Amino acid sequence: MKSDNIININPRLSNVVTDINHFRNEKVVLVGNPNVGKSCVFNYLSGKYVDVSNYPGTTVSITRCNYNGKKIYDTPGIYGVSSFNEEEKVARDIILESDVVINVVNALHLERDLFLTLQLIDMGKKVSLILNFADEIKKRKIKIDTKKLSDLLGIDVYETAAVDKVGLDQIDNAIENARVGNQQLDLHFLMQQYIDEGIPQAEALLILEGDEFTTSKYNKPINKDDREKIYITRRNRVNEIIDIVEHEDSRKGEISNLLGRMSLNPITGIPILFFILTLVYFFIGDFISQRVVDFTENTVGVGIVEYNVKSFVSNFASSIIDVEILDKNGNLVDKKIYNFPDGMRVNPELKSDFEKFSSQPGALTKFHFSNPIAKLFFGEFGVITMTTTYLFFLLLPLVIGFYFVMALLEDSGYLPRLATMLDRTFNKIGLNGKAVIPIILGFGCITMANITTRLLDSEREKSIATAILQFVIPCSAQLAVITVLLSGAGVGPLLIFIGVIGSVLIILSTVLNKLIPGQSSPLLIDLPIMRIPKLTNVFKKMAYRTYGFMKEAGFWFFVGALAVGLMDITGLLLVWQDILAPLTTHWLKLPKEAANAFVMGMVRRDFGAAGLFTLDLSIMQITVAIITITLFTPCIASFVVMLKERGWKEGITIWLGTWVTAFFIGGLVAQFIV
Amino acid sequence: MKTANIKTMNNITLDKARKGNLITIVNLPGGEINAQLIRIGISEGETLLCLQRLPGGTIILQKNRQEIAVGYDLAKKIKIILP
Ligand SMILES: Nc1nc2c(ncn2[C@@H]2O[C@H](COP(=O)(O)OP(=O)(O)OP(=O)(O)O)[C@@H](O)[C@H]2O)c(=O)[nH]1
Ligand SMILES: [Mg+2]
Repeated sequence: MKSDNIININPRLSNVVTDINHFRNEKVVLVGNPNVGKSCVFNYLSGKYVDVSNYPGTTVSITRCNYNGKKIYDTPGIYGVSSFNEEEKVARDIILESDVVINVVNALHLERDLFLTLQLIDMGKKVSLILNFADEIKKRKIKIDTKKLSDLLGIDVYETAAVDKVGLDQIDNAIENARVGNQQLDLHFLMQQYIDEGIPQAEALLILEGDEFTTSKYNKPINKDDREKIYITRRNRVNEIIDIVEHEDSRKGEISNLLGRMSLNPITGIPILFFILTLVYFFIGDFISQRVVDFTENTVGVGIVEYNVKSFVSNFASSIIDVEILDKNGNLVDKKIYNFPDGMRVNPELKSDFEKFSSQPGALTKFHFSNPIAKLFFGEFGVITMTTTYLFFLLLPLVIGFYFVMALLEDSGYLPRLATMLDRTFNKIGLNGKAVIPIILGFGCITMANITTRLLDSEREKSIATAILQFVIPCSAQLAVITVLLSGAGVGPLLIFIGVIGSVLIILSTVLNKLIPGQSSPLLIDLPIMRIPKLTNVFKKMAYRTYGFMKEAGFWFFVGALAVGLMDITGLLLVWQDILAPLTTHWLKLPKEAANAFVMGMVRRDFGAAGLFTLDLSIMQITVAIITITLFTPCIASFVVMLKERGWKEGITIWLGTWVTAFFIGGLVAQFIV
Repeated sequence: MKTANIKTMNNITLDKARKGNLITIVNLPGGEINAQLIRIGISEGETLLCLQRLPGGTIILQKNRQEIAVGYDLAKKIKIILP
């Protein structure tokens, strides 16, 4: 330890006037490497909820709360202060503005985490160190000499176990006693020239380290070689400190992370992957999207809520009501059409007959309103009826199911390992392994997967992943319909389907990879320890996310429904059908009515596929139709979310692209097989 | 023949590391990625354990208690020596 190189300089302390009001509004920023428990600490202080999960990069933006008259900020995890990506920029700005930095570190990875600590100290910030994961170091019999660590760094060190809320009562002291630590002397001399110009020390350091943003802000030359030199020196200082303060009873590195290792060993990892996928499939693909949704959507949503709302509206609005009675196999056994030109209310006899007839088991009731307003709000695409059914009885159960599985996966530490395993495969299509997360989610629900693309590193990767999701990935509801349509058709059509969709995936991603400038970022990911998910965390996260999703999606769903509803009542929907008709019959070699499927498909892709049930098609025609529908644009909800995530230009381009591709490829296949 | 080659050709890139090798970093690829590697603990002169080499060349390194996955394209650009 070259302690002669380190000196306690406290340049700003003398300037600080102990002004109570200043401290009242102190900005306290929680800073630390990814996955060290910052958000855990923040949740404790704020009583609010921000996401906590077991992979690096959970927090992507700043959250603020008030605590004892101070402002506390949660920040994205960073390995150092610089401007390499969006999260770093966000964190950099808030650190520069801060009065006090609470540096949270993972005691298990002290060697990695202290790099940032030393950088924060070199910036001249008032810092306190939270040595988190104290429970784990005890368990593993690792000894960290906190007294010595505190002496070497020149700042206070507090031991905590944030998940269990142990030691968090010391946070007040940590904020109160935060101070400027022991800085590297030679750096300080170099910084002095900038400090003399009136540049704050923190930014002076960033200039020395060649940070693009800060150098251009102050119009200084960038010297990247200096950055590397400073970084290497800092890394060596960290290694020296670790040698002094850390002792391990067991041999270094011999920790039990068996499951983590197994999931990365190809021999055991692949079976583990299939096991997890099968479980997820049965839970989401079968249990939630078939059984639960069938009950909530059809029985509760359509059968009870919509039926009652529409019956009520029929009292006042002129309506024609079709009632079909189906047996268990879906065959028509009875049918009646009721006509209420002046509303049900004026014809009580017919009304009670309708009520009796339509309450039989197996009854399927369709209301047709002629009043445009009634149609707009309560008709087939009714803004109120459709929005309620989709949002609460279809999306809500799916969303809850997804968030539950995601929370389990997130908390286990498996996701970064899965990303690692599949990295090479994803490299071939211009992505890195992390893209596996949104794409797997896409097989469940494209809408949610669109949001998850946020975890990718570059805009380029987000674009490619979003395009793949919209073009080729069928969602769970659609997969279900496809399964039914193809069952009993033999393996031939199935192989054609998989072959065509697979080829489109390969061609699409290869083209995008060539077309979009730049390169995908290389995989460099820190693997957290695997562990059994904490159920309280899982349920809490699920509840908060579901609430957030519903709040946001609700509005947009309403807007989408209103648009389709307006098309319906103005007759535009029929015009659309006619426009598509020639394409349908000549190019796709399907009956004219199949065009309905594509109109419906815009609302929901599985509706499009379901529209094919009623047509009399040959097996090969069905194959063409489901290929076309799969490549076709996903549902309205995902379209809207995509626009929000990726912007208008990209969103519309992808959307139009799905139209062109769907019809082109579908027709091409039709020329060969029909 | 092959094993003899590896022994004499001590200076190789990280993607060639095998499971269980103790490797010493000789040279980083240069550019911005260097800063990121140094921060995470992979810097020149550092000795790490190759915990796993996945088919295709993704490397998982272990440094004390930390496990770090390095993609093939990046591993290809990191020079190492096997002791
Ligand atoms: N064993 C143990 N686990 C902890 C402790 N503190 C946090 N965790 C777990 O560590 C993981 C990361 O916690 P977060 O609070 O999300 O970490 P973060 O620093 O906000 O992470 P990013 O937002 O990704 O930068 C979660 O799975 C927590 O449950 C602790 O003291 N002991
Ligand atoms: Mg966080």
